[in-house]
Amino acid sequence: MTKYTDQGKQDTRSGYGAGMTELGRTNPNVVALCADLIGSLKIDTFIKENPERFFQVGIAEANMMGIAAGLTIGGKIPFASTFANFATGRVYDQIRQSIAYSDKNVKICASHAGLTLGEDGATHQILEDIGLMKMLPGMTVINPCDFNQTKAATIAIAEHHGPVYLRFGRPKVANFTPVDQKFEIGKALMLNEGTDVTILATGHLVWQSLLAAESLENQGISAEVINIHTIKPLDDKAILDSVKKTGCVVTAEEHNYLGGLGESVARVLATHNPTPQEFVATQDTFGESGTPEQLMEKYGLNNKAIEAAVLKVLKRK
Amino acid sequence: MPNTQEIQDLVVQVRRDILRMVHKVNSGHPGGSLGCTEFLVALYNEIMDLKDGFDMDGVGEDLFFLSNGHISPLFYSVLARRGYFPIDELNTFRLIDSRLQGHPTTHEGLPGIRVASGSLGQGMSVAIGAALAKKLNGDDHLVFSLHGDGELQEGQNWEAIMYAAGNKVDNLIATVDRNGQQIDGSTEDVLPLGDIGEKFKVFGWDVLEIENGNDLEQVIAGLQEAKGRTGKGKPVCIVMTTEMGNGVDFMMHTHAWHGKAPSDEQLAIALEQNPETLGDY
Repeated sequence: MTKYTDQGKQDTRSGYGAGMTELGRTNPNVVALCADLIGSLKIDTFIKENPERFFQVGIAEANMMGIAAGLTIGGKIPFASTFANFATGRVYDQIRQSIAYSDKNVKICASHAGLTLGEDGATHQILEDIGLMKMLPGMTVINPCDFNQTKAATIAIAEHHGPVYLRFGRPKVANFTPVDQKFEIGKALMLNEGTDVTILATGHLVWQSLLAAESLENQGISAEVINIHTIKPLDDKAILDSVKKTGCVVTAEEHNYLGGLGESVARVLATHNPTPQEFVATQDTFGESGTPEQLMEKYGLNNKAIEAAVLKVLKRK
Repeated sequence: MPNTQEIQDLVVQVRRDILRMVHKVNSGHPGGSLGCTEFLVALYNEIMDLKDGFDMDGVGEDLFFLSNGHISPLFYSVLARRGYFPIDELNTFRLIDSRLQGHPTTHEGLPGIRVASGSLGQGMSVAIGAALAKKLNGDDHLVFSLHGDGELQEGQNWEAIMYAAGNKVDNLIATVDRNGQQIDGSTEDVLPLGDIGEKFKVFGWDVLEIENGNDLEQVIAGLQEAKGRTGKGKPVCIVMTTEMGNGVDFMMHTHAWHGKAPSDEQLAIALEQNPETLGDY
């Protein structure tokens, strides 16, 4: 199978920070807002280099979303960032009315998404944000898989007019996609071609899917792995083309199985080509405290869980 | 004082528009609309520095944000009669396929609207953002906003009030319509707001009052005074006392007309009290 090398573990939020540093230097209309979490969002360099283009709003996320909407009136491109929980559920109506319905060019950039936030526990671990955001008309939803891709996605969304939800995480994970890659919104990326099963993964689960595919190959199973970094708009064609070949699907995401990538894929398949599908996702539950690795193991979100789901779906073909 | 007769005529005509719009579709919010008519007519025709035409960014002109979006009949009438869109389009208020939605929105591309409002408490944050963009753009024009008093019960306002003072957003004039009423009754019965001006003051705003927001000369004088206080390191708040349903005797001194349309007979009486001045749509 195609070989991927971990260039050294890094957190995806630092990819966001690196993207913001570059945007600060290249796009004078980009402005940043943060709700008392500068260090966690890794935007120190942007702030240091562009103090007049940074707005510290304090612990007041609702106000942050409104200010971001207002800044677009006058041509600014606001990147409003905080933890995923506070960037979505806490301010859903502000995003809905002032940003999405008003078609404002705001980039909602959310770190610490999912279980891998770890020890802080369920109050801070949102597993519902993809669903919340993808249901908003006109909202683009992106969940990149590693440092390099998060940096590329951050830079790419500045060029896209319209509201975007960019989701990333806290822990240091494998960094295996190319440095300085071009990020194309809505274009799924084929990571490994296979013939027996399609694994559609997003975010941190992409690397886990590659690990699973490697193990499956040793068992004589050929797994196709596709990186669905954009959940909305979904790359229907890439999904349908792959499924035509393999005849079964496993979706993998650090999110509730209700409302996530898996449901979006199921809609495409049910409409065009009904296909057996297994969901690697949390099962309508809140998270809890623990290390990221312990949580991913306990809630069935690692390479072993993906492997088990593949073996299960193969029997349903 | 400016000669206000022309504006007074416009005020009466806008009142007729409001009444006829909500009557036609038997829905909408006449009470607050009538209470703020002098304010919005004066703002758009005497106070704001506006460019011809409309573009979303509004660079090089003053901006206005309506936070209490339910008084959309007033907003639409004032915008139409200021030339933003054809006056005849007021006929489509709240109808299917109309640009004049129940609450204002950018979604249908109606010129003059820069953000959706209706879900309360969001307008001040948006106005602050627009004011910050003006500062970044080196644009010395002002941002005005209007808020219901009951709307201040939404916590987001106080995040915004704190932010604007703490960050010296001194190109912003936020006006609070102090009509003392909300859907369930008096604001002081539903959830007491107390002394709104004092609250803004202790948060660090420069506050002035318009004692009678239905007296056109007072409104114009108050707005001009407020303009004079911008650019001095503090956001400016106007606490403006108004009478809900002003100009229609049976709609005044009650909260009953917050979100209710007049019947045929009631419309006839109300229009009689506000004779046509500039021509009905």
